[in-house]
Amino acid sequence: MINSEFVAGNGLINRRAFLGHGIAIAGTMTTAGTATAAAAEPLNDPQWSLQFGSTLPPLQIASPYEKDVVRSLSNPNGEFRNSHARTPHHLLGGTITPNSLHFSIDHSGVPNIDPAQHKLVIHGMVRQPLEFTLETLSRYPLVTRINFLECAGNSAPMFSKEPLQVTAQAIHGLVSNAEWSGVPLSILLDEAGIDRNAKWLIAEGADAHFLDRSVPVKKAYDDAMVAIYQNGEHLMPGNGYPMRLLLPGYQGNMNVKFLRRIKVVDQPAMSMFETKTYSQILPDGRTWRFHFLMEVKSFITYPSFGHNLKEPGFHAISGVAYSGTGRIAKVMVSADGGKSWGEAALQGTVHEKAFTRFVMPWHWDGQPAILQSRAWDEAGNAQPLRAEFVAARGEARNPVTTPLAFPNQHYNSITSWGVDSKGVIKHVYA
Amino acid sequence: MSMHNRLGALILALLFVTESALAQSPKLGKPISEADIKQWDIAILPDGTNLPAGNGTSAEGAKIYAEKCVACHAEGGKGGASPGAGPLVGGAPLTNGIDTLKTISNYYAYATTVFDYIRRAMPFNMPRSLTDNEVYALTAYILSLNKLISDNDVIDAKSLPQVKMPNRDNYIIPYPDRI
Repeated sequence: MINSEFVAGNGLINRRAFLGHGIAIAGTMTTAGTATAAAAEPLNDPQWSLQFGSTLPPLQIASPYEKDVVRSLSNPNGEFRNSHARTPHHLLGGTITPNSLHFSIDHSGVPNIDPAQHKLVIHGMVRQPLEFTLETLSRYPLVTRINFLECAGNSAPMFSKEPLQVTAQAIHGLVSNAEWSGVPLSILLDEAGIDRNAKWLIAEGADAHFLDRSVPVKKAYDDAMVAIYQNGEHLMPGNGYPMRLLLPGYQGNMNVKFLRRIKVVDQPAMSMFETKTYSQILPDGRTWRFHFLMEVKSFITYPSFGHNLKEPGFHAISGVAYSGTGRIAKVMVSADGGKSWGEAALQGTVHEKAFTRFVMPWHWDGQPAILQSRAWDEAGNAQPLRAEFVAARGEARNPVTTPLAFPNQHYNSITSWGVDSKGVIKHVYA
Repeated sequence: MSMHNRLGALILALLFVTESALAQSPKLGKPISEADIKQWDIAILPDGTNLPAGNGTSAEGAKIYAEKCVACHAEGGKGGASPGAGPLVGGAPLTNGIDTLKTISNYYAYATTVFDYIRRAMPFNMPRSLTDNEVYALTAYILSLNKLISDNDVIDAKSLPQVKMPNRDNYIIPYPDRI
């Protein structure tokens, strides 16, 4: 047994207190007297144990008790426009986003693609244009990697001057994390014989927008893949079935879904999505182009808006951290609005450009608290504080009335959850 | 490291080099000619590369707009109710704030983007149904609504890349090392 120790204000406990040790509650905590649970009731056999259960379906889905663990939709009535489905981070644990809950954005609907008919061509500045199919790509030695995928507009509601009172799903639901398997794009480009003067690829999808983005050849030879599996099964339709470009750490829209064509060129296409939607206005009116990389970020998923704390005492603060640059190096957590910080424990293996779950033991004394997390990546990049972030990148001038709005792109600053003395959690800026 | 281990490491390194030199790429791609890709090859570059033959004027575009675009984008390109069918005309200065609505005249750097997007994605309910002449004409109509060309200008593969867009030089590439 070791004594727990507070490492920062408002009850944050040394993360090491729980690593394979028992814990002795320090005097300050026992005198608070709130951590002691009421004695349990005598046990009876529940009804579900006393009868034959259901037999197995071919494709299993979550328990009916998990009916609220679903994606939230921007276009629930199937109107003739784009649609977004957001991951319910506040209801999930671990790091892998289940395929049924992976975020998805479609600008012109999800095409119903017959994988036997789908083709991918690589052409342009190559020695020999080539055509691939799902069947031929499946015969390559595949690589497997865990990577997050984040829409450049994720967390955009936080450009609002006032914090929106919505869940982590509504704010941060346009990022997910999965295990992807596919063929390294560099192998396919080499087979086609890429011209040494080529600088860009135009990647194009088979959706009704023929959505296209320009990708630097440099990224293609770094870690790009044509992904055909997502968490061990073929891609979900909304995630690009039967094949998509995967550019680890780069804004979601560049990871072209339903990939059908890669044209090798010497200049970027300046497609609508790269010159308009996914480039950013700066506060002085200039604009940023080719930002690409999703920078270091973290947010607390528990406790967060929508989880009201039932009682004071022990709670494990938990969330996810990730960086498009590389691995997460550390995550600091504050319970007093940033006055003091304690280092969180990182759970499991820390992968490059992937979710890392952090956990911070916390004794809530029943007083108001403001919970925050701040991540650093292995290159030394720190998640910016909100004040410094909006000073550089701006705040929306118009009131943001819906979390579905995108007042700007690439928001990666700190999220703050304010807990009041009743345990009710609000989204605050601190 | 002992002499023996060093020798072992050297042999391993040599084996590795030999093996990679022999490693064969699966080469399962089927050769295809550029001619057979032509129908798919719709990407237009900002210098005009790959713009098709044909042309159009604003007056021709206005007629097509009234038939195929106005239902969503409204009269005169003012923009419809659907969030995707924003205005095609006008636009506030970008110094109005980060949340300024991005439009063709206040934001697009190249007129080729207008042609490219109409050609690949419009009309929303029937992409790739317009002829190249119709795409040129609609591009001319929208550019003239924005006073970026004169009403009588003919838009074709030669003139389109030369249209000067107001925001062309207002871009910064913050991370040139990523390119």
